[in-house]
Amino acid sequence: MNPPTFTATPHVLRKLRRERVAALALSGMVLAMVLPLFAILAYLFVKGAPLINWAFLVTNPTDGMRAGGIWSALVGTVYLVVIALLVAAPIGVLCAVYLNEYARESWLTRLINLAVVNLAGVPSIVHALFGLGAFVLFAGLGRSILAASLTLAIMTLPVIIASTKEALNAVPVSFREACWNVGASRWQTIWRVVLPNSISGILTGVILQVSRTAGETAPIMFTGAVFFKKVADGALFPYALTDQCMALSMHLYTVTTQVNNAPEALPYAIAVVLLGAVLLVNATAIIVRSYLRSRKKW
Amino acid sequence: MVSPAPKIAVENLRLSYGHKEVLHGIAFTVAPREILGVIGPAQSGKTSLLRCINRTVEFTPGAVMTGTVRVDGEDVMRVPDVYALRRKIGMVAPLPVGLPLTIYDNVAFAPRCAGVTDPAELDARVERCLRQAALWEEVKDRLDTLGTKLSGGQQQRLTIARALSHDPEILCLDEFSIAIDPVTTMRIEDVLKELRAHVTILLVTNLTQQARRLADRTMFLWNGNIVEIGPTEEVFSDHPKDRRTFEYVNGIFG
Amino acid sequence: MNPPPVRQARSALSLWGERAIELLIRLCGISAVIFVFSIFLFVFLEGAPLIPDLNWIPVIFSPEWYPTSRSNVRYGVGAMIIGTLSVTGLAMLFAVPFGLGAAVFVSEFCGGKLKETLKVAIEMLAAIPSIVWGFIGLSVMNHLIQTWLPAPVGLNLFNAALLLALMSVPIIVSIGEDALKAVPDSYREAALALGATRWQTVYRVLLPAARNGLLAAVLLGVGRAIGETMAVLMATGHAVNIPTSLFDPIRTLTATIAAELGETAVGSPHYRMLFLIGLMLFSITFVVNLLADLAVRGVRRQ
Repeated sequence: MNPPTFTATPHVLRKLRRERVAALALSGMVLAMVLPLFAILAYLFVKGAPLINWAFLVTNPTDGMRAGGIWSALVGTVYLVVIALLVAAPIGVLCAVYLNEYARESWLTRLINLAVVNLAGVPSIVHALFGLGAFVLFAGLGRSILAASLTLAIMTLPVIIASTKEALNAVPVSFREACWNVGASRWQTIWRVVLPNSISGILTGVILQVSRTAGETAPIMFTGAVFFKKVADGALFPYALTDQCMALSMHLYTVTTQVNNAPEALPYAIAVVLLGAVLLVNATAIIVRSYLRSRKKW
Repeated sequence: MVSPAPKIAVENLRLSYGHKEVLHGIAFTVAPREILGVIGPAQSGKTSLLRCINRTVEFTPGAVMTGTVRVDGEDVMRVPDVYALRRKIGMVAPLPVGLPLTIYDNVAFAPRCAGVTDPAELDARVERCLRQAALWEEVKDRLDTLGTKLSGGQQQRLTIARALSHDPEILCLDEFSIAIDPVTTMRIEDVLKELRAHVTILLVTNLTQQARRLADRTMFLWNGNIVEIGPTEEVFSDHPKDRRTFEYVNGIFG
Repeated sequence: MNPPPVRQARSALSLWGERAIELLIRLCGISAVIFVFSIFLFVFLEGAPLIPDLNWIPVIFSPEWYPTSRSNVRYGVGAMIIGTLSVTGLAMLFAVPFGLGAAVFVSEFCGGKLKETLKVAIEMLAAIPSIVWGFIGLSVMNHLIQTWLPAPVGLNLFNAALLLALMSVPIIVSIGEDALKAVPDSYREAALALGATRWQTVYRVLLPAARNGLLAAVLLGVGRAIGETMAVLMATGHAVNIPTSLFDPIRTLTATIAAELGETAVGSPHYRMLFLIGLMLFSITFVVNLLADLAVRGVRRQ
């Protein structure tokens, strides 16, 4: 009779038991974060959903924000986000192009990288102070959509730079060398080969920033967002760039903390709309990303 | 006999990456419409040498090049338009690189970068280059598919077509046969034989026999130094000037 | 037989255009430096006129914050510094083990669909705006804490710390996972080939090897927690108070600025003091991010 090929010693058994315990504990940790999150989101949704309908979205708040809808805030958020990204995306992408394609190892490059890292870490309320000092007061824009958007733009810049750099980095060096070998200049190489092949990554990064920008409150509180502003119901372009505007995030803050005896479901409904918009944009970005990954060109 | 002005003249060329010197002051010339074979073991500086000639070495951080490389008598470090210089030199890398563009755009890339916009001229150029690279028959019906979807051998021929697309006077091939099958290799060698009529060719190869088949003269590069340069028959004879050449060519070391 | 060479065909115009574009790119490249510098400059300039009038020892250590007092204005930010530190510290107590644990789980213990799903879930967690977190703290979490824990009525430190923990976990997970991913697979294979279990591999090989990256992940999480504004503004109770228990209300540096800036007159001492608090925050997060960056650089050098 053959001897058994493998016998588990107590040591091995202990080892395997530990492995199981570790796997269980770690998965427990993940669940402990993810499950309550979904529970809370579901709770918000259940509380807020009854109020949400088309009329809620396209009418303005009335009766000291205790009734009516959220149109002026919704459209204000769109204004802020679109303008902020129109400013931040080109600057951020070009900055990443500089860092990834032009910059050599030098003190300047190190300084720029350091600045990007630190810009990403500046607290949002400090951005608000900067926006107030620089755009509202120094540049004389006053509290306006323009000032608030520029503040948001600077805030999103470092993340756009980081995601664009990553996307550019994913384009193999051999493509660039092939272009240089046939006499293409750096810019021709970037414009004709590098950018077209990283545009999906760049776009995903920018779309993800849409959701982050839409949720920001602190930077716009003192630079352009107001508690209440009357516009026409459902008007598509109700604001001028020099106007102040309402914003969803600010509206949630106001209704929660400043308005007495608002209907209980109202802040939940606003939170659900804000959250829904943010998650929708995020999901779009994730889907776009996985779609584009699946049809990579090399 | 009056020798013509050299197409490429390299003098005392030194190249280092950081603290590591990879070319230790080499000098040689290449005559117009000559095929110079460059042989030598891996890491002996062959690829670096080619990168010095078309100055793409400057894209490598930390690379320092001294000495002179002259193409048509012009110092490459001082040419007014480095892009024109690079278009004068066709470069084929060891591994095929199909750009993630269509086959047509791959070949039309260089002329377009140079400012050619006339569609008729581009069409003609693309067809001529693909024919020269022995690829036309295989791809003529699918010029709008991605260059990266071709097989390795086809991609390498596409790379050659691209290197020819800007009418180079010099063609540098860097171990072009590494990634392709012997049949394709022979077809490309035939192409090179046709091209020698009006193009100067620098053929870096890991196959010593390839140099023997094609080259007018052969240079043996080893550890960043030229061991020997001379007529191919002499280098491959039983009595080359340097014993190491004999040993390398006959597979005794390397 | 050949058509004329294409070499010189490019027009001078396109060459100049290219120069202009390169200049623009360079400009955008240094814009990040300009922005960081001007953030510092503008915040500093708005706050600076007050500096000569301040006595720094009481400002930093005193808990007495009476910026609008008529008879005796005092700008003591001691309580807010302690508030910020305590809420950040408590948050990290939850977030660091959970975040690193989740990073290890996602990176080493699961694969395929589950991994992708978890990563998406964590990305979603990161996408929730801070104002929504604040609202959750105010309306949901507060209610739960009042019901289940022996806490006095009102918002408190514990509530805000939980929120901050949930907010900084995604950063810790994603940076931590990157750090683990950066450990070469050969390490894993070598450990597994020697008969180590996955957990032993993680514990003895990966955690030491990814030490710097994990440290950076934690530091970035700390930076996020210190700088967070809206959630702590809504969920801490907002009382200038040195906390003595988990369930005391507190106030942070960030929340103070957010709550009071709107009510101050531009150029008044109170207004300038808020900018000086902003300067403090800027400096703190600058140092934290610098440290994180150094830690990451350590990883690359290995």
